[in-house]
Amino acid sequence: MKPGNLAASGARSWEHFAHMADLGVRGLGPSREAAFEEAALAMCAAVTDPALVRPEVLFEVDCDAREYEFLFVDWLNALISEMSARRMIFGKFEVRISNSHLHGRAWGEAADPARHHPAVEVKGATLTELKVFQKADGLWTAQCVVDV
Amino acid sequence: MELSRLARKSDTEWWIPPAGKMRVPGVIFASEKLVREMDDKVYEQVSNVATLPGIVKASFGMPDAHWGYGFPIGGVAAFDPDQGGIISAGGVGFDVSCGVRTLLTGLTLDGIALSKKQLAHSLSRAIPAGVGSTGRLHLDDDEMTAMLRGGAQWAVHKGYGHLSDLDCIEERGRMTGAEPEHVSQQARKRMRDEVGTLGSGNHYLEVQCVTQIFDKNAAAAFGICENDVVVSIHCGSRGLGHQIGTEFLREMAEAAASYNIELPDRELACAPIRSPLGERYLGAMRAAINCALANRQVITHLTRQAFEEIFPDAELKLLYDVSHNTCKLESHRVDGHEADLFVHRKGATRAFGPQTTGLPSAYKTVGQPVLIGGTMGTASYILAGTLEGEQRAFSSACHGAGRSMSRHAATKHWSGRQLVDQLAQQGIIVKSPSMRGVAEEAPGAYKDVDAVVNATDEAQLAAKVAKLVPIIVVKG
Repeated sequence: MKPGNLAASGARSWEHFAHMADLGVRGLGPSREAAFEEAALAMCAAVTDPALVRPEVLFEVDCDAREYEFLFVDWLNALISEMSARRMIFGKFEVRISNSHLHGRAWGEAADPARHHPAVEVKGATLTELKVFQKADGLWTAQCVVDV
Repeated sequence: MELSRLARKSDTEWWIPPAGKMRVPGVIFASEKLVREMDDKVYEQVSNVATLPGIVKASFGMPDAHWGYGFPIGGVAAFDPDQGGIISAGGVGFDVSCGVRTLLTGLTLDGIALSKKQLAHSLSRAIPAGVGSTGRLHLDDDEMTAMLRGGAQWAVHKGYGHLSDLDCIEERGRMTGAEPEHVSQQARKRMRDEVGTLGSGNHYLEVQCVTQIFDKNAAAAFGICENDVVVSIHCGSRGLGHQIGTEFLREMAEAAASYNIELPDRELACAPIRSPLGERYLGAMRAAINCALANRQVITHLTRQAFEEIFPDAELKLLYDVSHNTCKLESHRVDGHEADLFVHRKGATRAFGPQTTGLPSAYKTVGQPVLIGGTMGTASYILAGTLEGEQRAFSSACHGAGRSMSRHAATKHWSGRQLVDQLAQQGIIVKSPSMRGVAEEAPGAYKDVDAVVNATDEAQLAAKVAKLVPIIVVKG
């Protein structure tokens, strides 16, 4: 695919990258919002297979930050906090960003050890390897290391 | 790590000479082999910490140092408030006061042999572990505040444990200066049902057997003999600590510039100790230390109940409780003078030597027990603080094996089910709700704990007393 066409194709994905003690999460997508959504999927995949999560309960979150990188880390930390406080696991995400404001929606269900076999709790999204940027091919990347 | 970048001071002491904006040298305590195997990020992070305002003497890396966020894990640094010293949320970490406590059982390996499976089952039922698990306590806001002020003392007064336990916990089980009013509602919400839970990841409860004594005198003071069975509990301040770490790291990262602090890495986010933000963090972080102490105290009570089901006459006595991720105000001698310093230990253990004020009388002549956790398939160690440790690194030692492989890579190398079966063949029963979690914590994904402890001993940070091997492992 020619540079510049990748974003237009709507290609999106997530991946983990190595960090010695913890785990890097990276979202890739045609827009900043899509990259944030994919990174959230990457984070939840650190806990369980997102395909196992039923989208039964909706959680909505609003974040404000002057920098997109802080907005990204705030988004992940809002999800982490809610997963912990409500014993939830999320598997589907939607993000809208307007200037310095993010409105996010996450769908999931109560953690069920027998079905989800959760591997680790995510303690927090860190500022390590924190980056939000657009590559020459138009694809957006949002990434950071999460403490597990 | 490239050895040519370091100045070798001894077989276990390596210096990073001050360069650029470093205010003090970096000092890494480790054998040549461990240094070679260390990530270059450790060099970078030890050097970065050395640039922070008010740092005293040196930025230290322990033998288990590895790449953290901002500070290395296995990093120690002390700051003087009179010299503009800082306090850093990244220098403490997310799991505030994560630590280890070890209980003596009065039982021997032979004595539990026939009941081992039963005991493993009883412990795995009694100790809530894993993602989404909840404890037996539900704390309303007032009770939460009382717990955050009282720590293990709160738990004991609620009936979870014995008054004598408090003698064998750092700060006698209660960190003074906690300010629960600086702990957010979200942090409280995360903790409401989590007191008395183990968590997941590298947290565990292990039943262990003493296989070797290195120092008979210290072992006698600690009350341990070969073939004794002990229990070690590794966990921290759970969701409350994580939330405090998250909130203050974020706030400090944005506020650093307003304090004219130049950060070589955003994760070094910090504030002057004597600033409103620094003082708020200190109050909240101390409350999180109390949370961790209360958590380990309640788990101790549950462990005693589980043992009682199988061994009604067993009395589980607390040997000691150490915290790893903290910043504490301590008095240390620097250049011949006593100074009150804020000592950050991130993935490092306080290791007070003999005669230190506040040590339990039984340990006064031999030093504080230093409890070093291994993995589910390797040894753990009990060491004792040394007199030399004070001069080496503000009485600090390693905290565990330290990872040598990422979680991601570990799951590619090992299957959790196979590991559990292999360990069973070695006589180790592993109880965990997550086989992926077991794979991520594979013994092979960690450094050689024997090498880490030997380097700690050779560097005189702490002295080896006893070696323990796991028999039963409960993991989240």
